[in-house]
Amino acid sequence: MAFGPFLLLALMEGLVTAAVLALAASGLSLVFGVMRVVNVAHGEFYMLGAVLAWVVTTMIPGPPALAFVAALLIAPLIVATLAALADGLILKRLAYDPEATIVATIGLLYMIQQAALSLYGPNANPVRAPFEWRIQLPWFGYSGYKLFVVLAALAVLLALWLFMTRTKAGLIMRATQVDRTTACAFGINVDRVYMSTFALGAGLAALAGVLVVPIQQAHYLMGGDPLLLSFIVVIIGGLGSLRGTLIAALVIGLSDGVISMFFTPTLAKILATLLVAMVLVFRPQGLFGAKA
Amino acid sequence: MTGGGVKPWALHLALIAVLLTAQFWLSPYHATNLARIMVLAVFAMGYNLAFGYTGLLSLGHALLLAAGMYAAGLPAQLWGWGAGPAFIAGVAGGGLMAAALGLLALRTAGVSFMIVTLMFAQAGYLTLLYFAPVTGGDDGFAVAAASRRLLGFDLSTDTPRFLAALLIFAAGLLISLALIRSPFGRTMVAMRENEERSRMLGYNPFTVKLAALTISGLYSGAAGAAYALLFGYVGASFATIQYSILPMLYVLLGGAGTTLGPFLGALVMFTLIEVATGLTSAYLFFVGAALVALVLFAPKGILGTIRERWVRWLP
Repeated sequence: MAFGPFLLLALMEGLVTAAVLALAASGLSLVFGVMRVVNVAHGEFYMLGAVLAWVVTTMIPGPPALAFVAALLIAPLIVATLAALADGLILKRLAYDPEATIVATIGLLYMIQQAALSLYGPNANPVRAPFEWRIQLPWFGYSGYKLFVVLAALAVLLALWLFMTRTKAGLIMRATQVDRTTACAFGINVDRVYMSTFALGAGLAALAGVLVVPIQQAHYLMGGDPLLLSFIVVIIGGLGSLRGTLIAALVIGLSDGVISMFFTPTLAKILATLLVAMVLVFRPQGLFGAKA
Repeated sequence: MTGGGVKPWALHLALIAVLLTAQFWLSPYHATNLARIMVLAVFAMGYNLAFGYTGLLSLGHALLLAAGMYAAGLPAQLWGWGAGPAFIAGVAGGGLMAAALGLLALRTAGVSFMIVTLMFAQAGYLTLLYFAPVTGGDDGFAVAAASRRLLGFDLSTDTPRFLAALLIFAAGLLISLALIRSPFGRTMVAMRENEERSRMLGYNPFTVKLAALTISGLYSGAAGAAYALLFGYVGASFATIQYSILPMLYVLLGGAGTTLGPFLGALVMFTLIEVATGLTSAYLFFVGAALVALVLFAPKGILGTIRERWVRWLP
């Protein structure tokens, strides 16, 4: 294959990574923005989404498309419920102290991971894509499902943006983000806002997991990479800024696609990790974020 | 933490004496486990100096442990260094790595500090994997028997290994007790309690925290080197996030900001995991549940609670 088409393929793969990443990272960013909680277990919610998608599609008979749509609805819902429980039982009782919640979510990470290993097993299992279109380009064929992932992620992010900016619930969330105490004084039930934010964030991660599972098999350790990448995206985009998150996801996803085509993945990861650490050290407000 | 006179010294020396006799009344299997616990406790003591006393919640201490381990293990492997020089190289390796980490990461604080240390540790782990032909990657390598001899003793046999672990542990424990009772130790606590006020009093928070983190790195390096030389194994798995979480778990369980907490935490947690693995393979679930339960119900840990309620002079 010539260099041009090769680069195009790399960019297309990068776009898919960016789409999934944008979904997962927007959940992390939302939780950090509104609650000031760094959720280390976020990657596990993503993993749970993928694993539950496998469970749902194997349990529901009938055409793969129907089963997949069911998974798309059920898996994020279950994960969001779990997250709401975790918020009520653990995070709320810690009064959302930043350091205590990190320790607690690390504990949560271990518990979820171990539960997945014990109940689901150590194997990676595939889920059939809801449809099998192939788009034939002059140089190579490309999976139509991957393009669907990009479109679906865009639609969800658009819906999230409309929700945050155009609805009353979104307004309440933003008000709580700006000033928790004043929001409380205006009669907003901050506890409930926090619980739904945490559930929404986890649901977004799970949704990303469901979307990715026909491309990448469901495995109990799959939450590690998205967690790190989501952190990277959220940090570069500026903690708590949705627009920055989207731009950063594009940058990271595309460059990841290109870099991993031309370099070994380990070296690419080392460079990316160091780069982000340096950004956090020297530009703590992120590359795009306003000064906190 | 203040006052107490000779009582703390007597308590610490008594613990060391009890541990010295432990090799006679414990089975060889349990004695080896206790040696392992003491080495891990040295690592946790280092973590405690940074987290418990100075308030630096790091998620990257696995990097420092691995630095010590490889700084001791690689020269032994490549150039056949003896146990003495290799151990010194390991301690220095941990300290140097901590100083380098601190120079960068200490520009941030709080949550950012946690994430930055986590990322540097992750980069370190990936680097070890990248150079797998030299480092052995996740599989690691066994340290040659010739490098595990010190002054004619074979550190791979039970009694010398136990005594070497105890010696390092005792030195670490007494140094940490002396350190936190010194004026510098008080300054470390001042940074934890109120950084702004200490700055107004004329202390430079950056240098104090850098020094504390470097000392913490020396401890971690010593633990890593001791692990390599006493148990004969060096591997990249010691650089994973899990080994940054473990010392935090030990310290939180035993009591952050208490000199004996790291050892007690390591002892209790090691035993718990030992019992749990006998019952089920899902021991990580217990680690997770213990972390959650600790932050929820006992944020001060065992000795922290005892100090608060009953024994005020506990250092």
